[in-house]
Amino acid sequence: MAMKKSFKGLFYTPYILWLAMFVIAPVALIIYYSFFDIHHQFTFSNYRVFFESGTYLTMTANSVLYAFLITVISILISYPMALVISRLKHRDLWILLVILPTWINLLLKAYAFIGLLSRDGLVNNLFEFFGIPAQQMLFTDASFILVAAYIQIPFMILPIYNSMTDISDSYIRASSDLGATKWQTLTKIIIPMTMPGIKSGIQIVFIPSLSLFMLSRLIGGNKIITLGTAVEEHFLTTMNWGMGSTIGVVLIISMVVVMLFTNTKRKGRRS
Amino acid sequence: MDNRASKLGKFYIIFVFLLMYMPIFYLIIYSFSKGTTMANFDGFTLSHYGELFADKRMLAIFLDTILIALLSSLFSTIIGTMGAIAVHNTKRRHQRETLLSLNSILLVSPDVIIGASFLIFFTALKLPLGFWSVLLSHIAFEIPIVLLMVLPRLDEMSPSLINAAMDLGATSTQILSKITLPFIQPGIIAGFFMAITYSLDDFAVTFFVTGNGFTTLSVEIYSRARQGISLEINALAGIMFIFSLVLVGIYYLIENHNLSSGRKLDRVEVPDR
Repeated sequence: MAMKKSFKGLFYTPYILWLAMFVIAPVALIIYYSFFDIHHQFTFSNYRVFFESGTYLTMTANSVLYAFLITVISILISYPMALVISRLKHRDLWILLVILPTWINLLLKAYAFIGLLSRDGLVNNLFEFFGIPAQQMLFTDASFILVAAYIQIPFMILPIYNSMTDISDSYIRASSDLGATKWQTLTKIIIPMTMPGIKSGIQIVFIPSLSLFMLSRLIGGNKIITLGTAVEEHFLTTMNWGMGSTIGVVLIISMVVVMLFTNTKRKGRRS
Repeated sequence: MDNRASKLGKFYIIFVFLLMYMPIFYLIIYSFSKGTTMANFDGFTLSHYGELFADKRMLAIFLDTILIALLSSLFSTIIGTMGAIAVHNTKRRHQRETLLSLNSILLVSPDVIIGASFLIFFTALKLPLGFWSVLLSHIAFEIPIVLLMVLPRLDEMSPSLINAAMDLGATSTQILSKITLPFIQPGIIAGFFMAITYSLDDFAVTFFVTGNGFTTLSVEIYSRARQGISLEINALAGIMFIFSLVLVGIYYLIENHNLSSGRKLDRVEVPDR
């Protein structure tokens, strides 16, 4: 029996070690660092600066607003996508087409938009074709939101699609047998039943959208418009790790809030 | 009610698919352009691919990226599988839930937080930034996904299999190597594969912990893209697109194999960035 115990311990050790070193320690360190200023003195001033100076609060509000817009746009585009695909004959094949772009490196997709949105890029050419004067599109907030939504859409479609394929056909048939219109079936049956999918989609999309610093750098220009950009700026450019950690702690807290709002008790699907 | 998608619906998804794929094909088409920008297509050439293959620095970065991906996936698969067995063996439900929520922290945290906290961690340990810090970070953020791919397989395994083996006098090692591992092997392979794609796809974490000397493809693309357009990156995109297609192909072959070996798969795995 003792032998068996040590054998089991063998499995625990590396994993627990990993949990302690790479999950718990880093989070603890980031919280710890948020109480130190640039001269390694213990202080609350990072938090004071964060909550008293308008710039950080505005930036947080902006960041949340952008993430919200990105999430809403992706839901609006993804929900009908998931709905239609879940009813196609070869839906597995179609959903594969949704997944494929997620396997393409994110940076390459962002880079593509630098070309597409540039002054003489394809989008402006199309605009001119329809008689709209060419616009400066790169390095605007709107282009940042659209490109971010573009990148997030597959991650929104997949959980919604999964929850749609979970709905048994008999519910849909029952609802139409009882005289519901297609619209009623959609709003009364399908949407409520796919709520868990929408929620996990929001979780997957909203949190990263708060921190997409490479996109805001490449597409949004050099302005610091998201919490993620601010963290990157403080850690890698101004080397003020204390302030960076403070913003990081704010990010972690917003993440926890989003998780609490969107957590549905999902039971393992295995029977 | 007919269960088919309407004409309008089909039109809609075709439209969205076109939008989804347009940037990717736009990149690849211009990789064959004679010009220097992504504005006017000036005739067909393979010169950008020539440039890319002649670029020794790019080749070294490519090999480093692959090396990091393979090594980190190997280690994370080993540790993740052990973790899955550990979680599976927990007796108390409450303990299992705690382990699983700790496991998912790295999966849901924003990349910048993982990157920044690992940077602090490595600096506190006085570990120099470079190959090793990148490798350790990749192993660290790949472990939870491997665990999530292996654990369902373990939970599916009937306890009577183990009991029977024990009754027949098998040792713990024999049970592990003859019963458990073969049974969960499909999950392990899928986990290894997901780990590779996580590694290849990562930008933010690597960007934080890479220091000056060492670069991966994502970081290199980022720093080049910040300087503007160079059609060599387009050529790289072309190659990486083919590469992704091959990876997807292999992955689905494995999944289909799993499917035919009795596992019912009706969930789509969501690769993360």
